[in-house]
Amino acid sequence: MTWYRPADVGFATRRTLADWGYGSRLLLRLVLLFGACVRRFGLVRDQVFFLGNYSLAIISVSGLFVGFVLGLQGYYTLQRYGSSEAVGLLVALSLVRELGPVITALLFAGRAGASLTAEIGLMRAGEQLTAMEMMAVDPVRRILAPRFWGGVIAMPLLAAVFSAVGILGGYVVAVLLIGIDAGAFWSQMQGGVDVWSDVGNGVVKSVVFGIAVTFTALLQGYEAQPTPEGVSKATTRTVVVASLSVLGLDFVLTVMMFSI
Amino acid sequence: MQTAGLRPAFAFMKPPSDDALVELRDLTFGYGERVVLDNISLTLPRGKVTSLLGASGGGKTTTLRLIGGQNRAQRGQLLFDGQDVTLMTPEKLFAMRRRMGMLFQFGALFTDLDVFENVAFPLREHTDLPDALIRDIVLMKLDAVGLRGARDLMPSELSGGMNRRVALARAIALDPDLILYDEPFSGLDPIALGTAARLIRELNDTLGITSLVVSHEIPETFRISDQVIILANGRIAAQGTPEEVRDSTDPLVMQFVQGQSDGPVRFHYPAQPVDQDFGEVVR
Repeated sequence: MTWYRPADVGFATRRTLADWGYGSRLLLRLVLLFGACVRRFGLVRDQVFFLGNYSLAIISVSGLFVGFVLGLQGYYTLQRYGSSEAVGLLVALSLVRELGPVITALLFAGRAGASLTAEIGLMRAGEQLTAMEMMAVDPVRRILAPRFWGGVIAMPLLAAVFSAVGILGGYVVAVLLIGIDAGAFWSQMQGGVDVWSDVGNGVVKSVVFGIAVTFTALLQGYEAQPTPEGVSKATTRTVVVASLSVLGLDFVLTVMMFSI
Repeated sequence: MQTAGLRPAFAFMKPPSDDALVELRDLTFGYGERVVLDNISLTLPRGKVTSLLGASGGGKTTTLRLIGGQNRAQRGQLLFDGQDVTLMTPEKLFAMRRRMGMLFQFGALFTDLDVFENVAFPLREHTDLPDALIRDIVLMKLDAVGLRGARDLMPSELSGGMNRRVALARAIALDPDLILYDEPFSGLDPIALGTAARLIRELNDTLGITSLVVSHEIPETFRISDQVIILANGRIAAQGTPEEVRDSTDPLVMQFVQGQSDGPVRFHYPAQPVDQDFGEVVR
């Protein structure tokens, strides 16, 4: 495209708008298909299992190491002010408000998002989606919607696992290795973490990220060129687009949550 | 009168002379500027096997897609059991598709489901039958294609011929009126090819289905067909019984039926004269 030719600019604008419109309509359909998914919950349950269970290992291991590092770095900073007992609070707040939802979403995009895109793209390439349409079964309802809601349900659960394992990691470093008083570690955390404003906001974030990542993965797979090259491109795009939208959305959500 | 494919309950709705399940009337279809089907008229008689032959890119698969309602013709009518497919709403289209099965070129089995669940898929989606009944129907359909014993295999464990037969069992799961076969023989060894051809004919006769076979395999296709239609350049080049088409004196039909590499369909892609590309021969 040459940017100075009005016709090209107009064509690109129209195509972008059409893509956005198509994407929005698909998202709206997926959201409205919630009822259909509840009626056939077995399909959603399988996807929660598939997406959640297979991401569990990478999420737990990452959570553990992030917890270790938070414990060390938090102690390093806090001991300058003589408040190293607050390291438990710092670890917990960082995880449930921010790192839990965000890192989980990034890992989810790479692990589950990529596999969703590849799966849908290969189904398209193997004419499976066309075959389904010819059997009078709507692929959006049968294939995309259960995966969408499966991802949206799995994401907060995985973020919770991430945060919980991370807090345990912080405990291991701060209490077991450095020797901070265990009672202070836990009681500071208990006193300082609010269920609604801290944990609740984290859950809201991870639900939004769940929608963003899963939808991106499904759209890229559904719209992939039905060739090996097209599927590989779509998979890459899923990881890039989903990761960036998670980071962008995180900023927007954090700003909104601070102003409330 | 041929009434094999006609369900008695609906027989009164048909005019008595209407023995065509699918009818294309002056149908024109193209992608953008390129015309793929130019003013085509043909009928698929009920209970018969019709095969559609022609060079690649000649509009065969497009015809299947039009009948299935995946593409819409720009001009003309396409009647399925008296109803115009080109004017159908998505709901009506889905209702019509429940009455047709389609066999895709490479089977298009669902790779995450095993053989049994693949065949059960249309039943589970469209009916509320109890599991025991679904099991019986699926095993009957698998038995009809000789694969009752393969119910627990995954599609990746099947050979090309078995894959196609499972897809056929899936296509007949809902007892359709019409089956569309898209290149059912491609990539099959001679035994699997013979089996597939025999199955198409047998299922057509025993279940009273109407079949449309798109293929390149001249001998097998001619052997099982009641009617042969040859498409070339978006038009119908020949139409009739296999014998009539085989005896045709039309050069294009002869080239196609006898598989000659040069004829009305050129061997050489249009190019500038040989001299210009290779220069004068210096002796």
